[in-house]
Amino acid sequence: MTLHEFINYLVVPILSIAVLLIMYRFIKGPSIVDRVIALDLIITTGIGFIAAYSILTNRPSFLDVSMILALIAFLGTVAFSYYIQKRNK
Amino acid sequence: MSEIFVAIFSLSGAIFILLAAIGLIRMPDAYLRISVTTKAATLGIGLLLIAAAIHFKDFSITSRVLAIILFILLTAPISGHLIGRASYFSGVKLWKDSIMDDMAGKYSKATQELKSENVEKLKKIKKEKSETKLIKKDPAK
Repeated sequence: MTLHEFINYLVVPILSIAVLLIMYRFIKGPSIVDRVIALDLIITTGIGFIAAYSILTNRPSFLDVSMILALIAFLGTVAFSYYIQKRNK
Repeated sequence: MSEIFVAIFSLSGAIFILLAAIGLIRMPDAYLRISVTTKAATLGIGLLLIAAAIHFKDFSITSRVLAIILFILLTAPISGHLIGRASYFSGVKLWKDSIMDDMAGKYSKATQELKSENVEKLKKIKKEKSETKLIKKDPAK
Protein backbone atom coordinates (compact mmCIF):
# COMPACT_ATOMS: atom_id res chain seq x y z
CA MET A 1 0.00 0.00 0.00
CA THR A 2 1.61 3.23 -1.14
CA LEU A 3 1.17 6.55 0.59
CA HIS A 4 -1.15 7.80 -2.16
CA GLU A 5 -3.49 4.84 -1.76
CA PHE A 6 -3.37 5.22 2.03
CA ILE A 7 -4.43 8.86 1.88
CA ASN A 8 -6.95 8.25 -0.89
CA TYR A 9 -8.70 5.33 0.78
CA LEU A 10 -8.32 6.12 4.49
CA VAL A 11 -7.60 9.76 5.36
CA VAL A 12 -9.84 11.54 2.86
CA PRO A 13 -12.89 9.28 3.51
CA ILE A 14 -12.55 9.83 7.27
CA LEU A 15 -12.48 13.58 6.70
CA SER A 16 -15.52 13.30 4.41
CA ILE A 17 -17.47 11.41 7.08
CA ALA A 18 -16.51 14.12 9.57
CA VAL A 19 -17.83 16.83 7.23
CA LEU A 20 -21.10 14.90 6.79
CA LEU A 21 -21.52 14.60 10.58
CA ILE A 22 -20.83 18.32 10.99
CA MET A 23 -23.34 19.13 8.24
CA TYR A 24 -25.98 17.20 10.21
CA ARG A 25 -25.39 19.47 13.21
CA PHE A 26 -25.29 22.51 10.89
CA ILE A 27 -28.74 21.71 9.50
CA LYS A 28 -30.34 20.49 12.74
CA GLY A 29 -28.62 22.79 15.28
CA PRO A 30 -31.21 24.12 17.75
CA SER A 31 -29.72 27.59 18.12
CA ILE A 32 -27.78 29.89 15.82
CA VAL A 33 -24.68 29.44 18.00
CA ASP A 34 -24.52 25.73 17.13
CA ARG A 35 -24.63 26.64 13.45
CA VAL A 36 -21.78 29.12 13.84
CA ILE A 37 -19.67 26.49 15.62
CA ALA A 38 -20.46 23.93 12.91
CA LEU A 39 -19.49 26.41 10.18
CA ASP A 40 -16.21 27.13 11.95
CA LEU A 41 -15.48 23.41 12.22
CA ILE A 42 -16.34 22.82 8.54
CA ILE A 43 -13.81 25.47 7.47
CA THR A 44 -11.23 23.96 9.85
CA THR A 45 -11.84 20.53 8.30
CA GLY A 46 -11.31 22.17 4.89
CA ILE A 47 -7.81 23.10 6.02
CA GLY A 48 -7.21 19.40 6.76
CA PHE A 49 -8.56 18.47 3.31
CA ILE A 50 -6.16 20.92 1.70
CA ALA A 51 -3.20 19.50 3.65
CA ALA A 52 -4.10 15.94 2.58
CA TYR A 53 -4.62 17.07 -1.01
CA SER A 54 -1.27 18.83 -1.15
CA ILE A 55 0.41 15.57 -0.06
CA LEU A 56 -1.64 13.69 -2.67
CA THR A 57 -0.76 15.94 -5.61
CA ASN A 58 2.77 16.94 -4.48
CA ARG A 59 1.90 20.62 -4.80
CA PRO A 60 2.85 22.59 -1.67
CA SER A 61 1.37 25.84 -3.01
CA PHE A 62 -2.06 24.63 -1.79
CA LEU A 63 -0.89 25.33 1.76
CA ASP A 64 -1.16 29.09 1.07
CA VAL A 65 -4.88 28.59 0.57
CA SER A 66 -5.16 26.85 3.93
CA MET A 67 -3.57 29.88 5.63
CA ILE A 68 -6.19 32.16 4.07
CA LEU A 69 -8.95 29.73 5.11
CA ALA A 70 -7.75 29.78 8.74
CA LEU A 71 -7.91 33.60 8.67
CA ILE A 72 -11.40 33.57 7.18
CA ALA A 73 -12.66 31.07 9.78
CA PHE A 74 -11.43 33.28 12.63
CA LEU A 75 -12.83 36.48 11.11
CA GLY A 76 -16.17 34.81 10.38
CA THR A 77 -16.54 33.55 13.95
CA VAL A 78 -15.64 36.95 15.40
CA ALA A 79 -18.11 38.74 13.13
CA PHE A 80 -20.91 36.27 13.88
CA SER A 81 -20.41 36.54 17.64
CA TYR A 82 -20.34 40.36 17.38
CA TYR A 83 -23.66 40.43 15.57
CA ILE A 84 -25.27 37.81 17.82
CA GLN A 85 -24.38 40.02 20.80
CA LYS A 86 -25.55 43.20 19.05
CA ARG A 87 -28.87 41.65 18.01
CA ASN A 88 -30.07 41.36 21.60
CA LYS A 89 -29.78 45.07 22.42
CA MET B 1 10.84 5.78 6.34
CA SER B 2 9.32 9.23 6.20
CA GLU B 3 6.26 7.80 4.45
CA ILE B 4 5.41 5.82 7.58
CA PHE B 5 5.54 8.99 9.68
CA VAL B 6 3.39 10.84 7.13
CA ALA B 7 0.85 8.00 7.23
CA ILE B 8 0.76 7.88 11.04
CA PHE B 9 0.44 11.65 11.47
CA SER B 10 -2.18 12.10 8.74
CA LEU B 11 -4.30 9.18 9.98
CA SER B 12 -4.23 10.35 13.61
CA GLY B 13 -5.08 13.89 12.51
CA ALA B 14 -8.05 12.65 10.50
CA ILE B 15 -9.22 10.52 13.43
CA PHE B 16 -9.04 13.51 15.79
CA ILE B 17 -11.13 15.59 13.37
CA LEU B 18 -13.65 12.73 13.18
CA LEU B 19 -13.77 12.67 17.01
CA ALA B 20 -14.45 16.41 17.00
CA ALA B 21 -17.32 15.87 14.56
CA ILE B 22 -18.76 13.05 16.70
CA GLY B 23 -18.46 15.24 19.78
CA LEU B 24 -20.27 18.04 17.98
CA ILE B 25 -23.21 15.70 17.46
CA ARG B 26 -23.18 13.89 20.79
CA MET B 27 -22.66 16.80 23.20
CA PRO B 28 -25.89 18.03 24.79
CA ASP B 29 -25.08 21.72 25.08
CA ALA B 30 -23.70 24.58 22.98
CA TYR B 31 -20.92 25.31 25.50
CA LEU B 32 -19.75 21.69 25.60
CA ARG B 33 -19.77 21.68 21.79
CA ILE B 34 -17.53 24.76 21.77
CA SER B 35 -15.08 23.07 24.14
CA VAL B 36 -14.96 19.91 22.00
CA THR B 37 -14.41 21.64 18.69
CA THR B 38 -11.70 24.05 19.84
CA LYS B 39 -9.52 21.29 21.32
CA ALA B 40 -9.90 18.21 19.16
CA ALA B 41 -10.07 20.01 15.82
CA THR B 42 -7.00 22.11 16.60
CA LEU B 43 -4.97 18.99 17.42
CA GLY B 44 -6.21 17.18 14.30
CA ILE B 45 -5.37 20.06 11.97
CA GLY B 46 -1.95 20.43 13.57
CA LEU B 47 -1.16 16.74 13.02
CA LEU B 48 -2.31 16.84 9.38
CA LEU B 49 -0.21 19.93 8.66
CA ILE B 50 2.82 18.33 10.35
CA ALA B 51 2.33 15.32 8.06
CA ALA B 52 2.46 17.65 5.05
CA ALA B 53 5.63 19.30 6.42
CA ILE B 54 7.32 15.90 6.85
CA HIS B 55 6.31 14.84 3.36
CA PHE B 56 7.79 17.84 1.52
CA LYS B 57 11.06 18.14 3.54
CA ASP B 58 11.53 21.78 2.57
CA PHE B 59 12.44 24.66 4.87
CA SER B 60 10.04 27.17 3.28
CA ILE B 61 7.10 24.76 3.51
CA THR B 62 7.94 23.81 7.09
CA SER B 63 8.01 27.47 8.12
CA ARG B 64 4.68 28.03 6.35
CA VAL B 65 3.15 25.06 8.17
CA LEU B 66 4.48 26.31 11.51
CA ALA B 67 2.95 29.72 10.82
CA ILE B 68 -0.45 28.15 10.08
CA ILE B 69 -0.29 26.00 13.24
CA LEU B 70 0.71 28.99 15.37
CA PHE B 71 -2.12 31.04 13.89
CA ILE B 72 -4.68 28.31 14.61
CA LEU B 73 -3.35 27.79 18.14
CA LEU B 74 -3.69 31.54 18.78
CA THR B 75 -7.12 32.07 17.25
CA ALA B 76 -9.05 28.92 18.24
CA PRO B 77 -9.36 29.78 21.97
CA ILE B 78 -10.19 33.42 21.17
CA SER B 79 -12.99 32.51 18.80
CA GLY B 80 -14.27 29.88 21.23
CA HIS B 81 -14.35 32.40 24.06
CA LEU B 82 -16.08 35.03 21.90
CA ILE B 83 -18.80 32.72 20.66
CA GLY B 84 -19.36 31.34 24.17
CA ARG B 85 -19.71 34.86 25.57
CA ALA B 86 -22.13 35.85 22.81
CA SER B 87 -24.18 32.69 23.33
CA TYR B 88 -24.40 33.25 27.11
CA PHE B 89 -25.49 36.84 26.60
CA SER B 90 -28.06 35.88 23.99
CA GLY B 91 -29.65 33.49 26.47
CA VAL B 92 -28.60 30.02 25.32
CA LYS B 93 -29.47 27.70 28.18
CA LEU B 94 -27.04 25.38 29.93
CA TRP B 95 -27.45 21.62 29.97
CA LYS B 96 -29.92 20.48 32.63
CA ASP B 97 -27.21 18.42 34.41
CA SER B 98 -24.61 21.21 34.49
CA ILE B 99 -23.49 21.83 38.06
CA MET B 100 -21.92 25.28 38.09
CA ASP B 101 -22.83 28.61 36.50
CA ASP B 102 -20.31 31.23 37.61
CA MET B 103 -22.03 34.00 35.68
CA ALA B 104 -25.44 33.46 37.31
CA GLY B 105 -26.79 36.75 38.62
CA LYS B 106 -23.80 38.79 37.49
CA TYR B 107 -25.26 39.84 34.18
CA SER B 108 -28.33 41.96 33.63
CA LYS B 109 -29.94 41.34 30.29
CA ALA B 110 -31.82 44.63 30.17
CA THR B 111 -28.77 46.89 30.43
CA GLN B 112 -26.20 44.37 29.08
CA GLU B 113 -23.87 45.12 31.98
CA LEU B 114 -21.52 42.71 33.69
CA LYS B 115 -21.01 43.24 37.41
CA SER B 116 -17.32 42.46 37.24
CA GLU B 117 -16.88 45.19 34.63
CA ASN B 118 -18.30 48.07 36.74
CA VAL B 119 -17.17 47.35 40.26
CA GLU B 120 -16.51 51.01 41.07
CA LYS B 121 -19.89 52.11 39.76
CA LEU B 122 -21.64 49.52 41.90
CA LYS B 123 -19.63 50.60 44.96
CA LYS B 124 -20.73 54.22 44.39
CA ILE B 125 -24.37 53.14 44.18
CA LYS B 126 -24.00 51.12 47.37
CA LYS B 127 -22.41 54.10 49.19
CA GLU B 128 -25.21 56.41 48.10
CA LYS B 129 -27.79 53.90 49.25
CA SER B 130 -26.19 53.50 52.66
CA GLU B 131 -25.96 57.29 53.06
CA THR B 132 -29.61 57.75 52.24
CA LYS B 133 -30.46 55.04 54.76
CA LEU B 134 -28.46 56.88 57.46
CA ILE B 135 -30.26 60.13 56.67
CA LYS B 136 -33.61 58.40 56.91
CA LYS B 137 -32.72 56.76 60.18
CA ASP B 138 -31.58 60.00 61.90
CA PRO B 139 -34.92 61.84 62.12
CA ALA B 140 -36.54 58.71 63.49
CA LYS B 141 -34.22 58.93 66.46
